[in-house]
Amino acid sequence: MTIFLLILLLPLLGFAIQVFFGRKLPRGGDWVPLTCIGVAFLLSLRIFIQALTAYDPNFEIRFGPFVWLDLTSHKITVGILVDNITSIMLMVVTVVSLLVHLYSTEYMHGDPKYSRFFGFLGIFSFSMLGLVLVDNFLLLYVFWELVGLSSYLLIGFWFERDAPANASKKAFLVNRIGDLGFFVGIMILFWKIGSFEYSSVYAGVMTGQIDGWLLTAAGLCLFCGAIGKSAQFPLHIWLPDAMEGPTPVSALIHAATMVAAGVYLVVRMFPILTPDAMVVISYIGAITAILGSTIAVAQYDIKRVLAYSTISQLGYMIMGLGVGAYVAGFFHLVTHAAFKACLFLGSGSVIHQMHHAYGDDHHVDPQDMRNMGGLKKKMPITFWTFLVATVALSGFPLTSGFLSKDAILAGALGFGFYGDPKHILIPIMGFSAALLTAFYMFRLIFVTFYGKPSDDRLDRVHENPKAMTIPLIVLASLSLWFFYSPSPIGEGWFYDLVKKPEQAAVVDHHAAMDAVHGSDGVASAEAAEEHHDPAHQAHYPAMALSIILACSGTFFAYKKYFNKREEMMAYEADLMERSWLFRALHNKWYFDEMYSATFLKAVMTLRLVFAWFDTWIVDGIVNLSAYFTRALAWLNALFDSKIVDGLVNLVADTIIEAGGQLRRVQTGRLQTYVVLLLVGIVVLMVARMIV
Amino acid sequence: MIGLEHYLIISAMLFSLGILAVSTRRNAISVLMGVELILNAGNINLVAFSKFSDIGLNGQVFALFVIILAAAEAAVALAIVLNIYRNHQTVTVDRMDSLSG
Repeated sequence: MTIFLLILLLPLLGFAIQVFFGRKLPRGGDWVPLTCIGVAFLLSLRIFIQALTAYDPNFEIRFGPFVWLDLTSHKITVGILVDNITSIMLMVVTVVSLLVHLYSTEYMHGDPKYSRFFGFLGIFSFSMLGLVLVDNFLLLYVFWELVGLSSYLLIGFWFERDAPANASKKAFLVNRIGDLGFFVGIMILFWKIGSFEYSSVYAGVMTGQIDGWLLTAAGLCLFCGAIGKSAQFPLHIWLPDAMEGPTPVSALIHAATMVAAGVYLVVRMFPILTPDAMVVISYIGAITAILGSTIAVAQYDIKRVLAYSTISQLGYMIMGLGVGAYVAGFFHLVTHAAFKACLFLGSGSVIHQMHHAYGDDHHVDPQDMRNMGGLKKKMPITFWTFLVATVALSGFPLTSGFLSKDAILAGALGFGFYGDPKHILIPIMGFSAALLTAFYMFRLIFVTFYGKPSDDRLDRVHENPKAMTIPLIVLASLSLWFFYSPSPIGEGWFYDLVKKPEQAAVVDHHAAMDAVHGSDGVASAEAAEEHHDPAHQAHYPAMALSIILACSGTFFAYKKYFNKREEMMAYEADLMERSWLFRALHNKWYFDEMYSATFLKAVMTLRLVFAWFDTWIVDGIVNLSAYFTRALAWLNALFDSKIVDGLVNLVADTIIEAGGQLRRVQTGRLQTYVVLLLVGIVVLMVARMIV
Repeated sequence: MIGLEHYLIISAMLFSLGILAVSTRRNAISVLMGVELILNAGNINLVAFSKFSDIGLNGQVFALFVIILAAAEAAVALAIVLNIYRNHQTVTVDRMDSLSG
């Protein structure tokens, strides 16, 4: 069982060593986290092989649960749960993380904060592994925040410049909004069920401890967390800005793993989702998919194109889960991690050489595609791996992307067309996004790698060293179909190992329908139809449609951009002047401006109100009480100086006066004493005689 | 016939003269002499009461003690007066007021 703790804690150890000793170690200590994540990868591989050889959908290893907090009425437990989903996630995280560590040794070479970068990668790997290993929502939330923190640290890695510093703040704050909902959701579940543990929560939902609108609300609140973390509409605005971080970070955190945490969360909470919540989730996913892909069409920053592509693909995953294509959604998470990480690392490879070529010329943006062109010959490995990943992302056959994306689209078509035609918008948005995906990705390729170079200085560009190309080759090969399924169109081991869990609300729904309509007749016919998964019905039409759309998207891009990059760039510049649509796309549908004008403005106005309230009401009360206190103190001082001190002085003065009088008696003359003695005796004798 | 009253009157006169000397004389030696008068007035009383009552010789013995005491007292007091004279060049009691409060 220690194997899980080792996987979890090794990256943390790497982080600790890097933070405290990194700068003193040879090579900035980059080999420490590299070794740690390497060992974690080997251990994860062992678990994965164990899961694969068991080949059981119910494969499960538990470590714990241990009682963490005993509240007498409830016991809060912690533990590790490794089922097929976790073992697959472990592979995704450790493989991408290991390759990004390797890649960074070259990419970040010479950076003054080189060793700190590896330390941050270490804490991110730790948090992400923790996120997939834990067995309850509370710890999931803890690691969820930890990945948010590491993301913040890594986006703002070059915090000396304004843009990364602001981007990191934006990412953190936008995520905060989603996490608030997430926490409320967890608390609703805990309130009704009294446990955070996945299995107990599922069981609690199944036995009806929570149902109806409250269950829908709990599901949607949890989903808020996913909206924030997975950059779904309307909280998608942080992800493109997060591209200010170093490119390996974008590949690891903002493409492959952390943003997929939201999808992972939806996978974990799938059994508690109600049909209403599912509809909301699928709409959010579909809107995000179409939104991201439309914006990506009109971007020039190579990383921003990929960022919007990521948003769009995350939308696909969420949509897939929302329409009930559970396995497809999760499958797409895995395949997307490989090819999107490959695309990001490829773009990093290009940017690295662009920096090299343009040197210290700060007037040229090395990430702007308009400054590239004709890189195919100069960077062959980068180009070919990039092409493979693009083909996979566009969903062409023989790639992993085809397998997963096609299944999602089939699910969407089954849900919105064959299942319930009033949700027809969902498959329409999904398929449009597929068309656009192929278009903008091939636009990116043709503008970056084909045509004439835009500058003479690009002659200096050459292929990067092995530390950067090996990760590209590995990830590109992981984008091919045979890792996931022996047949390029079939369902491989993935579908055997990951099974869609039963949803309590759906079960209840059927039972209720049966109760209302009787056990036979319309209801049972409907139920039978629903049990006959519409996704299967939609399988081949969806496949055909998606291939057609991918091909036509590619074809349009080819017609427009192939070897015509100068003309097209000029045409687009002209379009920017003329067309409001293109401007809107280039400006991300003005989301940032909209939020600035509404929420930000409202917050700023509210700020003024609060400031006024603070200055006049709160400060007023404080000042008034201070005034009263001062007056009281003055009175008190008066009482003290006059009455108390007066009494004391009176006593003292009296004593001094009496002493002064009495000292006259003490003359020091012998004869006075004798006379007084005599007088005293006489007085006593007289007194004796009288009495 | 001489009775107890006569002795007592003599003794009272002697005592009064002693007091007068102690309280009015300026010279320390004179004051000491006044003290001797007071002590001897006491002695006369002791002897007289002894003679006119049935307590035997107790009064006489007591008087003897007083005489010895007076001798000792005179020796000590004269030594003190002598020392005072050495230090202050005077034996006037009015001037000796260093115990004044």
